[in-house]
Amino acid sequence: MESLSFPLLSFLVFLPLVGVLVLLFVDRENEAVQRWTALTVMGFGFVLALFVYGGFDPENVGFQFEEQYAWIPGLGISYHLGVDGISLLLVMLTAFLGPICVLACWTDIRSRLKEFLVCLLLLQTGMLGVFVSLDLVLFYVFWEVMLIPMALLILIWGHPARRVYAAVKFFLYTMAGSVFMLVGILVLYFYQARTTGTLSFDLTNIAEVPLPFSLQLWLFLAFGVAFAIKVPMFPFHTWLPDAHTEAPTVGSVVLAAVLLKMGTYGFLRFNLPLFPEASVFFMPVMIALALVGIIYGAFMCLVQKDLKRLIAFSSVSHLGFVILGIFSFTVQGVQGGVLQMINHGLSTGALFLLVGMLYERRHTRMIADFGGLSTPVPALTTFFMIATLASIGLPGLNGFVGEFLILLGTFHVKPVWAVLGATGVILAAWYMLWMVQRVFYGRVVHEENRGLLDLAPREIGLLVPVVVMMVWIGVAPTTFLEKSEPAVAHTLRRVQESVQTAQGRNAPWAMACAAWDHLTGK
Amino acid sequence: METAWVIPALPFAGFLINGLWGRRLPKKFVGWIACGAMGLAFLAASRLLWILLQETPTGRFWEPVYYTWIRAGDFQVDVSFLIDPLSMVMILVVTGVGFLIHVYSIGYMHEDPGYPRYFAYLNLFASAMLLLVMANNLLVMFVGWEGVGLCSYLLIGFWYEKQSASDAGKKAFIVNRIGDFGFLLGIFLTFWTFGSLNFREIFEAALVRFPTGDAVVVGITLLLFVGAMGKSAQIPLYVWLPDAMEGPTPVSALIHAATMVTAGVYMVARCSVLYALAPFSMGFVAMIGCTTAVFAASIGLVQNDIKRVLAYSTVSQLGYMFLGCGVGAFVAGIFHLMTHAFFKALLFLGAGSVIHALSGEQDIQRMGGLRSKLPVTFATFVMGSLAIAGIFPFAGFFSKDEILFETLMSGHWVLYGLALGGAGLTAFYMFRLVFLTFFGESRMDPHAAHHVHEAPRTMAVPLMILAALSLTGGWVQIPGIEGGRVFGAFLDPVFHEASQLLGHHGGATHPPLWLEGALMGVSVAVALAGIFLAYGWYMKDPQRPVRAAQKFARAYRWLFHKYYVDEFYQATVVNPLKQAAESTHQWVDRRFIDGAVDGTGSAFRSLSAVVRRIQTGLVHHYALSVLAGACVLLLFVLAL
Repeated sequence: MESLSFPLLSFLVFLPLVGVLVLLFVDRENEAVQRWTALTVMGFGFVLALFVYGGFDPENVGFQFEEQYAWIPGLGISYHLGVDGISLLLVMLTAFLGPICVLACWTDIRSRLKEFLVCLLLLQTGMLGVFVSLDLVLFYVFWEVMLIPMALLILIWGHPARRVYAAVKFFLYTMAGSVFMLVGILVLYFYQARTTGTLSFDLTNIAEVPLPFSLQLWLFLAFGVAFAIKVPMFPFHTWLPDAHTEAPTVGSVVLAAVLLKMGTYGFLRFNLPLFPEASVFFMPVMIALALVGIIYGAFMCLVQKDLKRLIAFSSVSHLGFVILGIFSFTVQGVQGGVLQMINHGLSTGALFLLVGMLYERRHTRMIADFGGLSTPVPALTTFFMIATLASIGLPGLNGFVGEFLILLGTFHVKPVWAVLGATGVILAAWYMLWMVQRVFYGRVVHEENRGLLDLAPREIGLLVPVVVMMVWIGVAPTTFLEKSEPAVAHTLRRVQESVQTAQGRNAPWAMACAAWDHLTGK
Repeated sequence: METAWVIPALPFAGFLINGLWGRRLPKKFVGWIACGAMGLAFLAASRLLWILLQETPTGRFWEPVYYTWIRAGDFQVDVSFLIDPLSMVMILVVTGVGFLIHVYSIGYMHEDPGYPRYFAYLNLFASAMLLLVMANNLLVMFVGWEGVGLCSYLLIGFWYEKQSASDAGKKAFIVNRIGDFGFLLGIFLTFWTFGSLNFREIFEAALVRFPTGDAVVVGITLLLFVGAMGKSAQIPLYVWLPDAMEGPTPVSALIHAATMVTAGVYMVARCSVLYALAPFSMGFVAMIGCTTAVFAASIGLVQNDIKRVLAYSTVSQLGYMFLGCGVGAFVAGIFHLMTHAFFKALLFLGAGSVIHALSGEQDIQRMGGLRSKLPVTFATFVMGSLAIAGIFPFAGFFSKDEILFETLMSGHWVLYGLALGGAGLTAFYMFRLVFLTFFGESRMDPHAAHHVHEAPRTMAVPLMILAALSLTGGWVQIPGIEGGRVFGAFLDPVFHEASQLLGHHGGATHPPLWLEGALMGVSVAVALAGIFLAYGWYMKDPQRPVRAAQKFARAYRWLFHKYYVDEFYQATVVNPLKQAAESTHQWVDRRFIDGAVDGTGSAFRSLSAVVRRIQTGLVHHYALSVLAGACVLLLFVLAL
């Protein structure tokens, strides 16, 4: 089949760079051409992603569309790409949001549009690269490369008041985490070189080398810190509200919808398969942090006065669910976690888009500056309501399926975790509906809000696909779940096997307890 | 039966049409679409009933499966329906009463600028409610369950410009979420216990695997009942329902009286096998139901808002339904659900007609003497009141009496006494309402009095049909006569297993006829006493209630302020949580966590400020440090 020989993934990843090259030759004044170039490239990228999706064989457990070329053979660094069911869904999400982001900044960006679009396209390459890299060095390169355009988006096009602070905080915080991961990658590399005698950064090779438990613990932490900051997990979350608040709309959308998923994706791709015993060992800690994140994030939402900060904290809460699902080590929980990554990308992405539309009209994000918007902008209200309902997990929309599976899986391991996690669902209804009430219901109290224009066709056009996806995932999630299930089951098998061989017991919770006793008792 | 999906799909199509294009369609068309969808759904439901009746009583059980909704590992849930006598009764009530209320709404909402939005929500509600009652598994039921909750939220807050309306909507949603939290945990426990969420599979497995009283089944049933307490407004989660009266009155009739709030009762009845296996849960349900019945009735005694009185009455009547289910009389519970749907919808629509006539006035202290001005409304409202008070031969008499009778038969003397007392209270507050609204001198604002007009035909006809149903609805279940229990005989196969488990007579063996007759007499006597008391207080001596309120000032204040339950929740739950969030944000998030992050940053900055001084730019300083370094290194090597 030609799809095996045709380097589809490389095209997908580097297509945005072609867009960058084209943009370099476009006249600075000619903004229309710039926009259409970016939109065409992103749209074409989505079409390529659809080909990947269509050609993906869910029955096949391994990586597909693999491409492998030696890059720096002397050091064992290769250019190795491939997707499995988990990364496939995230690639689809990223590619899907690409054109939507370009449309969202159509009129929003008033200065340096060309540079903005260049950053956006670079970011797209970086994000897609992270999800399809199977070589640790390649992964790390994409991981770091992506930081720069994102930081620039905040620094240059951010809200003038605190953009420098937010950009520096975002950059340094994430960078600090990545350094630990780099050390971890090198340790893995040298350990492998010593035990097998081959030099390789290839994930598939490294995954085959069994690691001693003590080394796993340290490596879990090294990778884990980088990912936990990215997610962000409590207590590493404080960069997120600042970055979201100061970033331009599209920056917030990309940040929430895709960038945060790299943390949760990292746990699934690296920590669980490479350090299975350590994952089991750290399970109680991870679950505890996830639960704290769910409830703490929700509580923080209750007191926010700024729409973007509120949604940022709701992300902390929602991603707590994803971590909870992943570390339940049940098929339901992890499948829910994977789906919830996509769901969060759609619903929170939509919320940021809508807040951006409000900001563009009103130049404020403060809840108190709104009120009664239902009357002047009914269409915007409707879309906001749908995104809110998706976000608080109304059955029939996407969020419910993810949350339900996560809590179902968690309940099996330890019911009390599901009880605590489910309180987050109650709190979510509280803070989101309260926010909706303060923004959209009541009478118009500020004169400036009276004459607001409702959504333009372009805005409706970019929101409708997101809503369609929300409904699709809510009504027929099996379309997507069956793509990722084999990969999830495969990832979990390694964790479960290691649990069984190490302790001869099935319940991961009992195993984790035993491991802790072992370490603290002796 | 494969085509059963049409029934919920019709109103959903109505929702889509009116929701997407309603604002561009002519008003008349919007109303026709919405009512037409409901009318057709009712016809489809009737046809389904006809087909169902062709089967033998035990064969009335179909499960059309449509597609796999969620699958992960060994978890699988299908979108599929369950058509049996129980869901059939609910489908008919929802589509039938729903259709009448849709028609009524055409007249009631005629002037409202949000007309298309209103009908879109109402159709969406009907669709979700049908999904709820037709589901063959707990998860699809939960979809409908949350869907009706959403519509309830949207319709309570329909006049979103009013602060109290949007507050009430939000409150309804959040309080229901607390209940749903229990429901959801119940679903988890059910799945991990039985490996399925399909009702038939759960019940079959439960009967085989668990002895009566097993802790797991008790846990599941109690968790599910938490959901029912939220949706069906039982203590302690009833607080949202009285506030829900902020919505348009037909909404109160449809959602907050006839259909949605009875979903909890339906769910308990649907899971009758599980409840029958858990006597503790049954007792709990009966106790909560009975307490709520009396508690809410007592609040209803002194309220002055016509809709709030009816709202507390709904809470109270739902309590009776739970009491019926809790003592094992599932048929009686569902029977009362059905008759209540008729007469409570009638009462709400009648109240709506009064409010409509009085240009929005809801305070019964500012009404009076409306009997002659609103003859149709008056006549139908009195019929509804007689039905709810339980006067022979109105519908409420048969259903309420069956619940009371079964309560006594199951040996719950105390609950019977309480419930009987509650019936007296019901008769009293309903006729207080009737007398204050329709009799006596007019206490109306002269301006409003000028405009008083009888309801238009779209409103009056549904009132008359519902009044007829409130009269005749009980005749399908006449005790003591051979072949009188048509309704019970239809439903019996559904509750067959539960009845066997409970060792219940279930209507099969007759208790002595004289006892049944005597108890009926007692019920009617109590109801009549309540009516006469109301007559004496509010007709003959209108100053009497005022004196009583002064004499028992404290008790009156507690009742009038609804036992201060809302204030209590505000002070013990809502405010502390908000304060905790505020201080956590200030101290933990901003100062401690983010302080540590910024602190790390500034620590490095001050460190670098110190270290920076070494970098002087003078070559001889560097040369000196190189020399010093070399010396240290040399010493280090030598020392080893």
